[in-house]
Amino acid sequence: MNSIFGDRKTIFILLAPALLLYTLLKIVPVAWSFGLSFFEGNTLRGFEWVGFQNFATFFTDGAALQSMWVSIFFAIVATVGQVALGYGLALLYVFVLRKGSSFVRTIVFFPAILPTVAVALLFKSFVAVGQNQGPVNDIINFFGGDSVEVLASTVGTMTTAIVMTLWGSMGFYAVLLYAGLLDIPEEVIESARLDGANGLKLVRHIIVPLSLPILLSSIIFSLNSTLKVFDSLLALNGGGPGTSTAPLTLYMYRTAFEYAEYGYGSTIALVLTMLCLVFTLAIFRSSRRKAEV
Amino acid sequence: MNTRSNRRRIAALGIALAAVVPLAACAGGNAGSGSTEAGGAGGTDPDKFTVMTANENPVLSDELDALAAGACKAENKALPIEHQKVAQADVVQKVTLLASQGALATHTIAGTALIRPDGDLGKAGLVGDLKAALEDAGTWDNVLPAAASTVEQVYGGMFSMPYQYNIEGIFYNKQIFADNGLEEPQTWDDLVADAAKLQKAGVTPMTEAGANGWPLTRILGMYIYRNVGPDAMVAIQKGDAKLTDPEYLAGAQALADFAEAGYFGEGFSTRDGDTSSNMFLTGEAAMTYDGTWLLSAINDPDRNQIGGENVGFMPFPSVDGGKGSIDQYPANAGAPMIVNAEQFGPKVQDWISCIAENYGQQALQDAGVISGFKVNGDVTDISENTAEIQQRIEGIDETVLWFEALFDPKSNSLASTNVTLLTTGQMSPEDYMKDLQASLDANK
Repeated sequence: MNSIFGDRKTIFILLAPALLLYTLLKIVPVAWSFGLSFFEGNTLRGFEWVGFQNFATFFTDGAALQSMWVSIFFAIVATVGQVALGYGLALLYVFVLRKGSSFVRTIVFFPAILPTVAVALLFKSFVAVGQNQGPVNDIINFFGGDSVEVLASTVGTMTTAIVMTLWGSMGFYAVLLYAGLLDIPEEVIESARLDGANGLKLVRHIIVPLSLPILLSSIIFSLNSTLKVFDSLLALNGGGPGTSTAPLTLYMYRTAFEYAEYGYGSTIALVLTMLCLVFTLAIFRSSRRKAEV
Repeated sequence: MNTRSNRRRIAALGIALAAVVPLAACAGGNAGSGSTEAGGAGGTDPDKFTVMTANENPVLSDELDALAAGACKAENKALPIEHQKVAQADVVQKVTLLASQGALATHTIAGTALIRPDGDLGKAGLVGDLKAALEDAGTWDNVLPAAASTVEQVYGGMFSMPYQYNIEGIFYNKQIFADNGLEEPQTWDDLVADAAKLQKAGVTPMTEAGANGWPLTRILGMYIYRNVGPDAMVAIQKGDAKLTDPEYLAGAQALADFAEAGYFGEGFSTRDGDTSSNMFLTGEAAMTYDGTWLLSAINDPDRNQIGGENVGFMPFPSVDGGKGSIDQYPANAGAPMIVNAEQFGPKVQDWISCIAENYGQQALQDAGVISGFKVNGDVTDISENTAEIQQRIEGIDETVLWFEALFDPKSNSLASTNVTLLTTGQMSPEDYMKDLQASLDANK
């Protein structure tokens, strides 16, 4: 076996098909899109070299900058929420519910398998007002308040979007972090308890440091998926009211496919990729610094 | 050492190739440098008469099939019809891609901005001149002059088959009007006063599908047309006037005030098209500004619970001291349906001529659709509402476009998305018009 894996030719032959497929499906489109960001036009009109003009346009384009802040805001708030709730649930599974947690785990995980568009439509009907009023306004009316048009405001739409995202994903992060917590040796926890560490002290000084790698992975995973949020915000309120909750992905889609500006659309995609990279590196760096300390 | 430097060289070459190949490929895609000439019937016939229509409009493909089996049997035998479908929201993307690959359907739906002479399809010489082709075939007189005029105004030439001919106005519930002692309002101030009375009586005065944006901008636009005159939006297009001018700003202010008073009812900003129509057709709302495409719902007894006899139609009222007239109806000819100039051969010309001769009667008889074609032959059993609208259309001397008709795609989208902010008090009329004007200026 060693002789097989020691042979470079064999390694190449074994890797080549997967590498080729990966290159064709991932690397080429990414490089293609990167190339397009230096051009203006579309497949019908033709492409014209504009150098860095698309990038200059991006940083003076009010709609693009607004969309970028929407993406960043959504990513940070949703990540903090879903990882914190997920971690809390994971602690609940391990230390409170213990072996009886499987039923609760399944129930809380269930929304993660639902299509995001269906979840968005569900929440849209929850907060609906008027002819098909939803339960949220029914409750408000029951306590004597006037119906609130939640999706007519930016704050209302964003709050609904974040609650919806947390409901849909906290079960997933709970399971991910639960798996990490299970890896902490029972003896370590026991000895910490014997040393007098209980409750919050135990979590802060023993559980969190030992589950830090999986916690960081969850944060990176969450940031990258929430920065690329698209379907849920589109289905909830079309990025509205106005364009106040339109993330960068939606602006990219509209630019490339509705306005047929493929070059500028690719530039927006590149900025989004850079954002994901910057956030991921920032988390990595902060974790390394912590490890060094 | 040598092996290592060779490896480095190969890696560097690989990276350089990865960067350059896409760039070179992009530069090579210069497909749109064709002439601006839109030749009528100057192309080569394809093997099939491929027709691409929107999923959302099954009536058109059904009626064309009916013609293929009936009045246009001979044309269909010579060039069999074949359908392709596209979601309305994907039209620009799909048409752009197909056209760049030389795979555009013979007769296809397209985006408004694409088919204008300065649009991507227009510049690529892919938009057939229907007037020239129909005149050549001797069937041009089957296109109603009003419909031809509307098509030419919107697209800059006779580039689209007018499969629909819609006018817009206010549908109202006659019973509710009678119960509240109201008559058709003649001015905007009358309309606002009537809305206040209806609201007091517990009826939603006017329902609109705010989620779609455009039903609200239509009201704003119509106020401007009535206030400034029928050339209001042409003046904006030419740069002779600005949306921030007081007479234009008044339209945004009027709409914002109407919404603020609650006359659109609770939850209008997230109300979709079907819900809005249902509110009117179930008697929950007294009025709705809409196009005559609403007739299909009005004629459907399952949807129309107030009865056809209770549905009235009136033009958008005039504005006191305005230069526009109440008789100028906004009109449109449905989604643009062009003929691919490259495939506009004699057989395609025959098909198009046959459609022009027979579609008017076929669509009206079969689906109650009023088109921009002459109705040749008898039509029986059409509803009173449809007949009334048809009669009204015949009496129209002058039409106007809609608010965004001459806008570029970005400004068009901005007008619809920001109108929610305007009507919910989150954006002032000044800011709404200022942003829109800035977008128009930036995308000239």
